[in-house]
Amino acid sequence: MYICKLFNKQNKSIFDTMSFRIVVLAKQVPDTRNVGKDAMKADGTVNRAALPAIYNPEDLNALEMALRIKKMRNDVEVIILTMGPPRAAEIIRESIYRGADKGYLITDRKFAGSDTLATSYAISLAVKKLAPYHLVISGRQAIDGDTAQVGPQAAEKLGIPQITYAEELISVDENHIVIKRRLERGIEVVKSPLPALLTVHSSAPDCRPRNAKLLMKYKHARTVTELQEETRDYTELYTKRPYLQIEEWTVADLDADVEMLGLSGSPTKVKKIENVVLQQKDSVNLTDSDKDVESLIKELLATHIIG
Amino acid sequence: MNNIFVYCEVTEEGTIADVSLELLSKGRKLANELNIKLEAVVIGDQITEIESQLFPYGVDVIHKAQDSRLFPYTTLPHAAIVTNLFKEAQPEIALFGATSIGRDLAPRVASALKCGLTADCTSLEIGDHTENKTQKTYKNLLYQIRPAFGGNIIATIINPDTRPQMATVREGVMKQEIVSKSIKGEVNVLDIDKYLSNETDFVIEIIERHVEQQKVNIKGAQIIIAGGYGVGSKENFNLLFNLAEVIGGEVGASRAAVDAGYVEHARQIGQTGVTVRPKLYIACGISGAVQHRAGMDQSAKIISINSDPKAPINKIADYTIIGSVSDIIPKMIKYYKANSK
Repeated sequence: MYICKLFNKQNKSIFDTMSFRIVVLAKQVPDTRNVGKDAMKADGTVNRAALPAIYNPEDLNALEMALRIKKMRNDVEVIILTMGPPRAAEIIRESIYRGADKGYLITDRKFAGSDTLATSYAISLAVKKLAPYHLVISGRQAIDGDTAQVGPQAAEKLGIPQITYAEELISVDENHIVIKRRLERGIEVVKSPLPALLTVHSSAPDCRPRNAKLLMKYKHARTVTELQEETRDYTELYTKRPYLQIEEWTVADLDADVEMLGLSGSPTKVKKIENVVLQQKDSVNLTDSDKDVESLIKELLATHIIG
Repeated sequence: MNNIFVYCEVTEEGTIADVSLELLSKGRKLANELNIKLEAVVIGDQITEIESQLFPYGVDVIHKAQDSRLFPYTTLPHAAIVTNLFKEAQPEIALFGATSIGRDLAPRVASALKCGLTADCTSLEIGDHTENKTQKTYKNLLYQIRPAFGGNIIATIINPDTRPQMATVREGVMKQEIVSKSIKGEVNVLDIDKYLSNETDFVIEIIERHVEQQKVNIKGAQIIIAGGYGVGSKENFNLLFNLAEVIGGEVGASRAAVDAGYVEHARQIGQTGVTVRPKLYIACGISGAVQHRAGMDQSAKIISINSDPKAPINKIADYTIIGSVSDIIPKMIKYYKANSK
């Protein structure tokens, strides 16, 4: 690490002074994969408020890809962008514990009710604020919306090429990236000029765990909103260690057109939501005895379901 | 009201992908209901004879863009052609398969057109809507119905104000139906130079590509014997293959079994696999997570073989046999052979 820094300083005139900036889009989501007994209400529906908030799994794959690029070069900056309520700052901390350099929380009540179009609009404004950048990397889809739309829609608004279903990083330099994609019945290796946007599939390598040193260093990182809710006075700490400040960006910071956000900026509307209720069917319970199995086979044969 | 457009994917073999034919069938029904036309968009290279594959599905107009640079699919040229065509034609509804192509292309087009897109719809219907706040009424909207929240809720989504109303649909959800072999419609050959820029639209280079031909196709099977993580091993899956051979069925699997390496991905049934509707579904050692049930709960008869009496799949099964797969399947084979002609 120190050798690299020295190297960089000595050869400043030869190397490009612009950092290789990677923006990782990450989302805090309710854990919809593990709907256990506690999250089920008496009527068989899901109690969404009871689900724990987690780092969207494919966004972790995206972060890992960014961190691997960081290891390949000595000029990479990995910046996290997450859009959500104030507690989504946890996503930025979790990313920094694993090796990301910093993050921004995009948060504002005016974002509430945004569909993928409105969300991608807000995100593209935030990414533009971080220009110049080489790569934008996100997970393929989030486990609550399951749409896989925000990545490609942000790419369209940024006017950059997109590579979806990214599974493996083959190579990268200042101007190009080569990625292996996972398709339904095979693979494809594609080369794109930079800047580009990637969406990463869960078949890509899993994210490395938290680094103990980074955790110790950054465990007090907070947004201003979070600090306002703390009982301890952190002012001195944050003046001494400015890297602990997590910046929040609101609608004003993004210079966003309010009409393109929230419900008014969302062409898709939810007309109705129905809970999936596990209905008990009138089912016949059998044992594994020869008698029971044979009688089942006979019945299936008799009703022409088989045979 | 303008027309319904379906984006048709071209396979390695130069045919139209099954998912696109299924969407044309659904598109034809929707077009009949709304009294509008069904139009297809095909973009590729070896597509000279493609009309004969499409017209039987009741397509009124085929928009064709043919060029060697347009196959295999890459995002930018396909997005540019579809976006510009839609700007001119202003479709009422636009449907795409929810495949690695459709889920790459449709959001890019929807963003460019600033219209609404609903992904992975499991049902499409026509209906009316009244807005609560303003009491404004909309007639004949496309209801885009899909699971969300990991499959724990079913949402009905609408796009009242923007056009086209866009939706992607997974393979196997809609039924493929030919209208008539002797139908003919119009062909509109697109002038792609009008839509594309050689400098900016072809910047992505495909260096390597290995796509296998579909060896396994369980979609249309009438009897499916599916194994889950409970089957335990690749070797144990042979029991399922034996039973399938004896009673004439196909072998499927849950995601857990595929992830564990017991069988290939082409056999995966569920939200991220294939949707099936056989007359008989035998679930072996499958717990029945909601994502799996989404791919098979329309089966006419369901049998669950599981050592866990509390497995969720038992609740939707017509017959539940509590026991081990390796005990029960050989018995089923034995008694089938003994009792069938």
